[in-house]
Amino acid sequence: MQTEMSKSGSNPFNAISPTANTIINIGFMLYTIACLLPILLIVMVSLSNEQDVLTKGYSFIPNQIDFTAYKFLFTDWQQILRSYGVTIFVTIAGTILSLIIMALYAYPISRTDFPHRKFFTFFIFFTMLFNGGLVPWYLVYVNMLNLRDNIWALVLPLLVSAFFVLVIRTFFQSTIPVAILEAAKIDGASEMLIFFRIVTPLSLPVLATVALFSTVNYWNDWFLSLVFITDDKTLSIQYLMYKMLLNIQFLASNSNAASAIAAAGGQVSFPNETVRMAMAIMGIGPIVFAYPFFQKYFVKGLTVGAVKG
Amino acid sequence: MTLATNMRRYWIFYVMMAPGVLFLIFNNYIPMLGTVIAFKNVNYADGIINSPWVWFDNFKYLFKTSDAWIITRNTLLYNISFIILNMIVPVAFAIMLNEMKNKLMAKFHQAVIFLAYFLSMVVVSYLVYGFLHDTHGFVNTSIMKWLGLEPLQWYFETKIWPFLLPIINTWKNVGYYTVLYLAAIIGIDDEYYEAATIDGASKWQQIKSVTIPLLMPTIIVLTLLQIGRVFYADFGLFFQVPRESGPLFPVTNVIDTYVYRTFIAMGDIGLSSAAGLYQSLVGFILVFLSNWFVRRVDKDSALF
Repeated sequence: MQTEMSKSGSNPFNAISPTANTIINIGFMLYTIACLLPILLIVMVSLSNEQDVLTKGYSFIPNQIDFTAYKFLFTDWQQILRSYGVTIFVTIAGTILSLIIMALYAYPISRTDFPHRKFFTFFIFFTMLFNGGLVPWYLVYVNMLNLRDNIWALVLPLLVSAFFVLVIRTFFQSTIPVAILEAAKIDGASEMLIFFRIVTPLSLPVLATVALFSTVNYWNDWFLSLVFITDDKTLSIQYLMYKMLLNIQFLASNSNAASAIAAAGGQVSFPNETVRMAMAIMGIGPIVFAYPFFQKYFVKGLTVGAVKG
Repeated sequence: MTLATNMRRYWIFYVMMAPGVLFLIFNNYIPMLGTVIAFKNVNYADGIINSPWVWFDNFKYLFKTSDAWIITRNTLLYNISFIILNMIVPVAFAIMLNEMKNKLMAKFHQAVIFLAYFLSMVVVSYLVYGFLHDTHGFVNTSIMKWLGLEPLQWYFETKIWPFLLPIINTWKNVGYYTVLYLAAIIGIDDEYYEAATIDGASKWQQIKSVTIPLLMPTIIVLTLLQIGRVFYADFGLFFQVPRESGPLFPVTNVIDTYVYRTFIAMGDIGLSSAAGLYQSLVGFILVFLSNWFVRRVDKDSALF
């Protein structure tokens, strides 16, 4: 799809009329702008003066550019750095582990000669049909595994997606010729060797797609923090953002800057509104900056039919 | 083949699958067995296993409250509106992107439309908040002023959210479905269009009688897959975006948020797990039915 966007449109004699083309163009232009405006608003508020925001409200054109909000955030750099640390650790550990575990599960059930293939396929497939619900699931992680306030509670629950395991299995089945596997076996290669030296290198497209989805899932996750994290030590970036939006005082009460001001008996109020939006930018930033680079791989992954059971 | 030779030959496969099996047991199968707590009156003095059985009392209590009806209605109505919008808007977008003459612009638009899909619901709630906050939000301080209207308390107005949530959901997911439909359109053989032009079909006629009919299997499959999940709501959308505003609960409370709130906030294990099991069972039946239909349309797209 990258090379030929259109088929019906590729024929110059069968193109839409210039008027229709212009209308479609303008329509998409407006929609695209509408998609980007909300992000722009957040950027602009984070760069505004707190007093202006309080009197005029959130505005696309600030009276003056003011970096106070970011200065406040960076005096509290420990919390931000800590949260980035949590998010980055969870994302990297989670993506690597989940890719390995899912591929290792997908390979045996892709092999038609494996006698228990049907059972293990059903074993994972059934989890897509029925689930126990939030309460028993929570009790397993908190009461049985004792993972409350543990960073692994943010990694483990997202490790295996039945859907992706089946996607990987289908890819193994449809792209890796059985002849290659048999030849390797005759040459005396062990199953592990075959898996790591032959199967995975041939499956990079699907593994890359799954890894990308998994990275975004881990990076964007706040639900696991909401359920399992009760202390303030293991706050991921998303959860920190959530807490700040819900409770305007959250960062203010935890901030070094604010406590220093209070200790000095100062009257400077914490620039809540702008700091909150600056915090949002810290959370949105990495995704938006990385987006142009990873976007096309998602489109490719979805369109080659890799992500389809 | 006997079990012993099986094990000798394939033991390494069992080792490879062990981490996954372990995960599924803890993350999925033990919680499935754990649904029995919906039939118990769990108290921490007796422990979960020794708590007394109350059988259907939790369910009786759940369905006596007005909540059961409200959360079921909200979940179903919102999901149905999402499914309809997720069908019409992305198909229209895909057809238009495909017809655009400037391919570079088409790619640019597609990329921007897809961006929302990658934003977390926390970020989405910030974006909405920037517009809807009652004293600072852009809508109240600017748009309502230009229109000469009184500012509204958006997070208290129940009338607005049934329209707002489908718009937000569509905005977030349209990119994903557009990519899928666009791929299907590109897969349509050129010959159909050539034949249609020779017959003198206009562009509009081609879309009506070539593109859409050939897109139908994809539309049906993607829609049925969503119908299978019609009893499960997007927790993030209903939890984050309305910012847990109490007055909005009649129009924003769905099964998933109800289960979460009765359990985590109110600590009512019995009621919450009863609602959870109700969702799982009805959801299971719906997945089964929708998959049965998918099989009849396109065997390869069926889940099972």
